[in-house]
Amino acid sequence: MTSDFILFIVLAIVAIASALSMLLSRNAIYSALFLVINFATIAVFFLLLGSPFLAMAQITVYAGAIMVLFLFVIMLLGAEQLSRDSDLPWQRPVAIILGVVLLVETGIIIYSLGFQDGLLPSFSSFASDYASPVDIGMVLFNEYLLPFEVTSVLLLVAMIGAIVLTKRQKS
Amino acid sequence: MPVTYYFVLSAILFTIGALGVLIRRNAIVVFMSVELMLNAANLSFVAFSQLYNTLNGQVLVFFVITVAAAEVAVGLALIVAIFKTKHSINIDELHELKQ
Repeated sequence: MTSDFILFIVLAIVAIASALSMLLSRNAIYSALFLVINFATIAVFFLLLGSPFLAMAQITVYAGAIMVLFLFVIMLLGAEQLSRDSDLPWQRPVAIILGVVLLVETGIIIYSLGFQDGLLPSFSSFASDYASPVDIGMVLFNEYLLPFEVTSVLLLVAMIGAIVLTKRQKS
Repeated sequence: MPVTYYFVLSAILFTIGALGVLIRRNAIVVFMSVELMLNAANLSFVAFSQLYNTLNGQVLVFFVITVAAAEVAVGLALIVAIFKTKHSINIDELHELKQ
Protein backbone atom coordinates (compact mmCIF):
# COMPACT_ATOMS: atom_id res chain seq x y z
CA MET A 1 0.00 0.00 0.00
CA THR A 2 2.04 2.87 -1.25
CA SER A 3 1.13 6.43 -0.40
CA ASP A 4 0.19 6.90 -4.06
CA PHE A 5 -2.51 4.28 -3.86
CA ILE A 6 -3.92 5.47 -0.53
CA LEU A 7 -4.12 9.04 -1.79
CA PHE A 8 -5.78 7.90 -4.98
CA ILE A 9 -8.39 5.85 -3.13
CA VAL A 10 -9.26 8.65 -0.71
CA LEU A 11 -9.58 11.19 -3.52
CA ALA A 12 -11.56 8.78 -5.69
CA ILE A 13 -14.05 8.21 -2.87
CA VAL A 14 -14.43 11.97 -2.40
CA ALA A 15 -14.88 12.51 -6.14
CA ILE A 16 -17.50 9.80 -6.55
CA ALA A 17 -19.34 10.82 -3.38
CA SER A 18 -19.51 14.45 -4.44
CA ALA A 19 -20.66 13.49 -7.94
CA LEU A 20 -23.43 11.31 -6.51
CA SER A 21 -24.43 14.05 -4.08
CA MET A 22 -24.61 16.49 -6.97
CA LEU A 23 -26.87 14.04 -8.77
CA LEU A 24 -29.20 13.34 -5.87
CA SER A 25 -29.45 16.71 -4.21
CA ARG A 26 -32.83 18.46 -4.35
CA ASN A 27 -31.46 21.96 -4.07
CA ALA A 28 -29.60 23.21 -7.14
CA ILE A 29 -27.24 25.34 -5.06
CA TYR A 30 -26.10 22.27 -3.10
CA SER A 31 -25.56 20.50 -6.42
CA ALA A 32 -23.36 23.32 -7.66
CA LEU A 33 -21.31 23.33 -4.45
CA PHE A 34 -20.84 19.55 -4.58
CA LEU A 35 -19.65 19.96 -8.15
CA VAL A 36 -17.07 22.47 -6.93
CA ILE A 37 -15.75 19.80 -4.53
CA ASN A 38 -15.61 17.37 -7.44
CA PHE A 39 -13.64 19.81 -9.56
CA ALA A 40 -11.20 20.39 -6.72
CA THR A 41 -10.56 16.63 -6.40
CA ILE A 42 -10.06 16.38 -10.16
CA ALA A 43 -7.50 19.18 -9.86
CA VAL A 44 -5.63 17.18 -7.21
CA PHE A 45 -5.75 14.19 -9.58
CA PHE A 46 -4.12 16.36 -12.20
CA LEU A 47 -1.38 17.14 -9.69
CA LEU A 48 -0.95 13.41 -8.97
CA LEU A 49 -0.61 12.80 -12.69
CA GLY A 50 2.12 15.37 -13.02
CA SER A 51 0.37 18.32 -14.64
CA PRO A 52 0.55 21.27 -12.24
CA PHE A 53 -0.40 23.80 -14.92
CA LEU A 54 -3.63 21.96 -15.67
CA ALA A 55 -4.41 21.64 -11.98
CA MET A 56 -4.19 25.41 -11.57
CA ALA A 57 -6.14 25.98 -14.78
CA GLN A 58 -8.85 23.62 -13.55
CA ILE A 59 -9.16 25.46 -10.22
CA THR A 60 -9.09 28.89 -11.82
CA VAL A 61 -11.36 28.32 -14.80
CA TYR A 62 -13.68 25.51 -13.76
CA ALA A 63 -14.10 25.90 -10.02
CA GLY A 64 -13.44 29.62 -10.02
CA ALA A 65 -15.22 30.97 -13.07
CA ILE A 66 -17.64 28.43 -14.51
CA MET A 67 -19.15 27.35 -11.21
CA VAL A 68 -19.46 30.93 -10.04
CA LEU A 69 -21.36 31.64 -13.26
CA PHE A 70 -23.62 28.67 -12.52
CA LEU A 71 -24.28 29.90 -9.00
CA PHE A 72 -25.07 33.39 -10.27
CA VAL A 73 -27.59 32.06 -12.77
CA ILE A 74 -29.18 29.73 -10.21
CA MET A 75 -29.64 32.58 -7.78
CA LEU A 76 -30.78 34.95 -10.52
CA LEU A 77 -33.51 32.61 -11.71
CA GLY A 78 -34.49 31.44 -8.24
CA ALA A 79 -34.08 27.89 -9.50
CA GLU A 80 -33.12 26.18 -6.28
CA GLN A 81 -36.18 24.02 -6.03
CA LEU A 82 -38.27 22.46 -8.72
CA SER A 83 -41.90 21.94 -7.87
CA ARG A 84 -42.63 18.54 -9.29
CA ASP A 85 -40.86 15.37 -10.30
CA SER A 86 -40.72 13.79 -13.71
CA ASP A 87 -43.86 12.88 -15.63
CA LEU A 88 -42.62 9.38 -16.38
CA PRO A 89 -42.37 7.19 -13.26
CA TRP A 90 -40.44 4.43 -15.03
CA GLN A 91 -37.72 6.80 -16.16
CA ARG A 92 -35.53 6.66 -13.07
CA PRO A 93 -35.14 2.84 -12.80
CA VAL A 94 -34.53 2.45 -16.54
CA ALA A 95 -31.90 5.20 -16.43
CA ILE A 96 -30.12 3.53 -13.52
CA ILE A 97 -30.16 0.16 -15.29
CA LEU A 98 -28.77 1.71 -18.46
CA GLY A 99 -26.12 3.52 -16.43
CA VAL A 100 -24.99 0.26 -14.86
CA VAL A 101 -24.86 -1.34 -18.31
CA LEU A 102 -22.70 1.51 -19.58
CA LEU A 103 -20.38 1.16 -16.60
CA VAL A 104 -19.97 -2.60 -17.05
CA GLU A 105 -19.38 -2.12 -20.76
CA THR A 106 -16.65 0.47 -20.27
CA GLY A 107 -15.08 -1.70 -17.57
CA ILE A 108 -14.90 -4.63 -19.96
CA ILE A 109 -13.40 -2.44 -22.68
CA ILE A 110 -10.79 -0.96 -20.34
CA TYR A 111 -9.66 -4.32 -19.02
CA SER A 112 -9.59 -5.97 -22.41
CA LEU A 113 -7.37 -3.31 -23.94
CA GLY A 114 -4.36 -4.62 -22.11
CA PHE A 115 -3.32 -1.61 -20.04
CA GLN A 116 -2.53 -3.91 -17.15
CA ASP A 117 1.16 -3.24 -17.43
CA GLY A 118 0.73 0.48 -17.85
CA LEU A 119 2.31 1.62 -14.63
CA LEU A 120 2.33 5.29 -13.79
CA PRO A 121 5.36 6.75 -12.07
CA SER A 122 4.89 7.79 -8.48
CA PHE A 123 3.99 11.42 -8.07
CA SER A 124 6.94 12.07 -5.82
CA SER A 125 9.38 11.14 -8.57
CA PHE A 126 8.54 13.93 -11.01
CA ALA A 127 11.16 16.50 -11.87
CA SER A 128 10.25 19.86 -10.43
CA ASP A 129 9.73 21.43 -13.84
CA TYR A 130 7.89 18.59 -15.56
CA ALA A 131 4.88 19.88 -17.50
CA SER A 132 5.59 23.37 -16.27
CA PRO A 133 3.88 26.26 -18.08
CA VAL A 134 7.05 26.65 -20.16
CA ASP A 135 6.77 23.10 -21.49
CA ILE A 136 3.05 23.40 -22.14
CA GLY A 137 3.64 26.70 -23.88
CA MET A 138 6.32 25.22 -26.12
CA VAL A 139 3.94 22.51 -27.30
CA LEU A 140 0.95 24.84 -27.47
CA PHE A 141 2.53 27.55 -29.56
CA ASN A 142 4.56 25.29 -31.85
CA GLU A 143 2.33 22.35 -32.70
CA TYR A 144 -1.08 23.68 -31.74
CA LEU A 145 -0.87 27.26 -32.94
CA LEU A 146 -3.85 27.03 -35.29
CA PRO A 147 -6.22 25.52 -32.67
CA PHE A 148 -5.05 28.19 -30.25
CA GLU A 149 -5.96 31.01 -32.63
CA VAL A 150 -9.26 29.37 -33.55
CA THR A 151 -10.07 29.01 -29.86
CA SER A 152 -9.60 32.72 -29.39
CA VAL A 153 -12.11 33.37 -32.16
CA LEU A 154 -14.43 30.84 -30.50
CA LEU A 155 -14.26 32.71 -27.21
CA LEU A 156 -15.03 35.97 -29.00
CA VAL A 157 -18.06 34.40 -30.67
CA ALA A 158 -19.24 32.97 -27.34
CA MET A 159 -18.95 36.36 -25.70
CA ILE A 160 -20.92 38.06 -28.46
CA GLY A 161 -23.49 35.28 -28.42
CA ALA A 162 -24.03 35.51 -24.69
CA ILE A 163 -24.53 39.27 -24.90
CA VAL A 164 -26.91 39.06 -27.87
CA LEU A 165 -29.01 36.34 -26.24
CA THR A 166 -29.66 38.33 -23.09
CA LYS A 167 -30.08 41.75 -24.63
CA ARG A 168 -33.32 43.52 -23.90
CA GLN A 169 -35.51 43.52 -26.97
CA LYS A 170 -36.55 46.92 -28.27
CA SER A 171 -40.31 46.41 -28.49
CA MET B 1 0.10 2.18 -9.65
CA PRO B 2 -1.76 0.82 -12.68
CA VAL B 3 -3.26 3.36 -15.00
CA THR B 4 -6.51 1.42 -15.39
CA TYR B 5 -7.64 2.74 -12.02
CA TYR B 6 -7.78 6.23 -13.48
CA PHE B 7 -9.76 5.00 -16.47
CA VAL B 8 -12.26 3.19 -14.26
CA LEU B 9 -12.68 6.30 -12.13
CA SER B 10 -13.19 8.35 -15.29
CA ALA B 11 -15.80 5.87 -16.50
CA ILE B 12 -17.65 6.01 -13.17
CA LEU B 13 -17.73 9.81 -13.18
CA PHE B 14 -18.86 9.83 -16.80
CA THR B 15 -21.69 7.42 -16.00
CA ILE B 16 -22.82 9.55 -13.06
CA GLY B 17 -22.86 12.57 -15.36
CA ALA B 18 -24.85 10.68 -17.98
CA LEU B 19 -27.34 9.60 -15.30
CA GLY B 20 -27.68 13.23 -14.28
CA VAL B 21 -28.53 14.24 -17.81
CA LEU B 22 -31.15 11.50 -18.00
CA ILE B 23 -32.78 11.80 -14.59
CA ARG B 24 -32.76 15.42 -13.47
CA ARG B 25 -35.49 17.89 -14.47
CA ASN B 26 -33.76 21.13 -13.65
CA ALA B 27 -32.07 22.47 -16.80
CA ILE B 28 -29.16 23.91 -14.83
CA VAL B 29 -28.43 20.61 -13.07
CA VAL B 30 -28.50 18.86 -16.47
CA PHE B 31 -25.90 21.39 -17.59
CA MET B 32 -23.76 20.68 -14.54
CA SER B 33 -23.91 16.96 -15.32
CA VAL B 34 -22.58 17.69 -18.81
CA GLU B 35 -19.67 19.54 -17.18
CA LEU B 36 -19.05 16.49 -15.00
CA MET B 37 -18.85 14.31 -18.11
CA LEU B 38 -16.34 16.70 -19.66
CA ASN B 39 -14.21 16.54 -16.53
CA ALA B 40 -14.26 12.75 -16.57
CA ALA B 41 -12.94 12.85 -20.13
CA ASN B 42 -10.27 15.37 -19.09
CA LEU B 43 -9.09 12.99 -16.36
CA SER B 44 -8.72 10.23 -18.96
CA PHE B 45 -6.77 12.53 -21.24
CA VAL B 46 -4.27 13.48 -18.55
CA ALA B 47 -3.88 9.84 -17.48
CA PHE B 48 -3.04 8.87 -21.06
CA SER B 49 -0.69 11.80 -21.35
CA GLN B 50 1.19 10.63 -18.28
CA LEU B 51 1.23 7.02 -19.48
CA TYR B 52 2.86 7.81 -22.79
CA ASN B 53 5.04 10.60 -21.39
CA THR B 54 3.79 13.21 -23.83
CA LEU B 55 2.36 16.68 -23.36
CA ASN B 56 -0.19 16.49 -26.17
CA GLY B 57 -2.90 15.15 -23.90
CA GLN B 58 -2.47 18.04 -21.50
CA VAL B 59 -2.67 20.62 -24.28
CA LEU B 60 -5.87 18.95 -25.46
CA VAL B 61 -7.32 19.21 -21.95
CA PHE B 62 -6.44 22.91 -22.05
CA PHE B 63 -8.54 23.26 -25.18
CA VAL B 64 -11.39 21.20 -23.71
CA ILE B 65 -11.48 23.49 -20.66
CA THR B 66 -11.59 26.55 -22.91
CA VAL B 67 -14.37 25.21 -25.11
CA ALA B 68 -16.34 24.12 -22.04
CA ALA B 69 -16.12 27.63 -20.64
CA ALA B 70 -17.44 29.11 -23.89
CA GLU B 71 -20.23 26.53 -23.99
CA VAL B 72 -21.27 27.27 -20.42
CA ALA B 73 -21.46 30.99 -21.14
CA VAL B 74 -23.68 30.56 -24.17
CA GLY B 75 -25.79 27.81 -22.60
CA LEU B 76 -26.51 29.77 -19.44
CA ALA B 77 -27.39 32.82 -21.55
CA LEU B 78 -29.86 30.60 -23.41
CA ILE B 79 -31.36 29.37 -20.15
CA VAL B 80 -31.77 32.92 -18.88
CA ALA B 81 -33.43 33.94 -22.15
CA ILE B 82 -35.79 30.97 -21.98
CA PHE B 83 -36.65 31.77 -18.38
CA LYS B 84 -37.61 35.30 -19.36
CA THR B 85 -40.43 34.01 -21.58
CA LYS B 86 -41.50 30.71 -20.00
CA HIS B 87 -40.73 31.50 -16.35
CA SER B 88 -39.71 27.91 -15.81
CA ILE B 89 -36.58 25.83 -16.36
CA ASN B 90 -38.20 22.47 -15.84
CA ILE B 91 -37.18 20.68 -19.00
CA ASP B 92 -40.50 18.85 -19.10
CA GLU B 93 -42.16 22.16 -19.90
CA LEU B 94 -39.62 23.26 -22.49
CA HIS B 95 -40.65 20.93 -25.26
CA GLU B 96 -42.34 23.50 -27.47
CA LEU B 97 -40.97 26.65 -29.04
CA LYS B 98 -44.17 28.64 -28.89
CA GLN B 99 -45.16 30.37 -25.71
